[in-house]
Amino acid sequence: MSKKRLQKELMGIYAVWWRELKVFQREKSRIVSSIVQPLMWLFLFGTGVGASVSISSVNYQDYIYPGVLTMSVLFGSVFFGLYIVWDRKLDVLKAVLVAPVSRISIFFGKVLGGCTDVMLQIIILFLFSFLFPSINIRGIPLAFLLLFITSIALVSMGLALGSLLESLEGFQVISSFLVFPLFFLSGALFPIDDKLPVWLTGLVKLNPLTYAVDGVRGALLNVNVFPFYIDLAVISFFAVIMFLLGSILFSRMK
Amino acid sequence: MSLIETKALTKTYGRIQAVRSLDLHIEKGEIFGLLGPNGAGKTTTIGMLCTIIRPTSGSASIAGYDIIKNPADVRRHVGIVFQDPTLDTVLTGHENLELHARLYGVPAAHRENRIREMLQLVDLTDRRNDLTRTYSGGMRRRLELARGLLHRPAALFLDEPTLGLDPQTRERIWDYIKKMAQKEQTTVVLTTHYMEEAERVCDRVGIIDHGQIIALNAPDNLKESMGGDLVIIRAKEPPVQKIKALPYVTEVKLDENTIEITMKDAHLHLAELLSIISDVECVEIRVPTLSDVFIRLTGRDIREDSAEDSGSWIDSVARYRPEGELKR
Repeated sequence: MSKKRLQKELMGIYAVWWRELKVFQREKSRIVSSIVQPLMWLFLFGTGVGASVSISSVNYQDYIYPGVLTMSVLFGSVFFGLYIVWDRKLDVLKAVLVAPVSRISIFFGKVLGGCTDVMLQIIILFLFSFLFPSINIRGIPLAFLLLFITSIALVSMGLALGSLLESLEGFQVISSFLVFPLFFLSGALFPIDDKLPVWLTGLVKLNPLTYAVDGVRGALLNVNVFPFYIDLAVISFFAVIMFLLGSILFSRMK
Repeated sequence: MSLIETKALTKTYGRIQAVRSLDLHIEKGEIFGLLGPNGAGKTTTIGMLCTIIRPTSGSASIAGYDIIKNPADVRRHVGIVFQDPTLDTVLTGHENLELHARLYGVPAAHRENRIREMLQLVDLTDRRNDLTRTYSGGMRRRLELARGLLHRPAALFLDEPTLGLDPQTRERIWDYIKKMAQKEQTTVVLTTHYMEEAERVCDRVGIIDHGQIIALNAPDNLKESMGGDLVIIRAKEPPVQKIKALPYVTEVKLDENTIEITMKDAHLHLAELLSIISDVECVEIRVPTLSDVFIRLTGRDIREDSAEDSGSWIDSVARYRPEGELKR
């Protein structure tokens, strides 16, 4: 690829990313609700359960904080990706898809746009970390990195599914049968230890998000089940696979 | 070499031949209209030329770039306005153009100037910072025209540019198309099934039916091929032989008291014609339109063929809800 061509592709990626940020800026109610929901998990659910439960000598609210961060990334990323079903219905994407920019670049721009949206929300949630006494603030950069890689994986997954879906009806199905199971089976709300039934441990270990939660928990609370390099490797592998799969499906999309 | 050339361009969907072996040459600077009923293959043809649809066989080139071998170069050199509106409604008019300029690699140094120039051309400068969601149907179309020409394409493709707009707005859109094509010196290829509108704008038209071009010429020449104007006169015992002998009369048909005369330049010769007929009860002159040409070539009325069109028309109107006009 010539230098000029590469430059145009980069400009295309930037254009798509820029568009997503403009849209994000404008949908303030969406930003607010995406912040309020995790705060409710932390302060309403967390306080309620935390009144009688603490895990690994950490109070329950602190324990689920990394899990709730991962949940925010999960919901934000997948639904961002799925949103292209709506874009396609309104023909918004059509004009972008006929531009002299490769489909991969458009996909890449979309992934970056989604990750930026999600990570801005995560930064806001990090601002609340001082309310949780056990959180190690110095672990935030590492947690951010893990969540960012997770976001790449999940936005790609959302776009891949969005490329396949013909209508918005599929939303509910994906939400019930994919997003919620991924969340509940990630160890976001409970520890993975000997007390879990074997079938549940098996399912939890198969879920790539488990490793994101574990890695982030390790970085912020120094409580983890798997060694850090395993967490990083699984999440990175998941991201590469999803990115490749997403770019293939997006390129084939009509 | 012509700006746009197609050689035996063909597209089949299963057993249906949407476009059959199309050979077309469109010259630089021309406004060319592809006319025909819905399903005739107009949109498929444009889709292939814009590299959105892959031809089944045959080839085509635009500005020297092959649509199959160099699709990226073709895309860079064409502008497209789709049948259905494709503006990003959560962006402002200016932002829509900005997005497009970046996607088409318009250098940053020219970008702002070019956007300003195009907004001015379509008279949307004062609405540039409003979300396009608030634009009326006509304003959206105008912004799409501006967007299509933003990157100075060699050819601009317009697929049914006036579909779903009210008659007044349609008229204005054609004026804009003409003005912009002239100012930007762009070749324009458009499709429409509004024959009367096309004949006012197009330098040449190709009438397409069942995926094939059945006539191709300047609108005036096509109408001339009808043999001239039709004059219908009701009179007692019209002198048929005398009328037939007139040099400008090409055809005469008598049906009881009504005589149908096909003749050249009816407006010039009407007085002389009437002077040889006594007891004229009534006279009707019909200047042929492209619709008449279509009827003669196919034996059908283009409007009958477009009956299914009403559904999509309502659909377009619904999507073009002019909220903006109400809000102001």
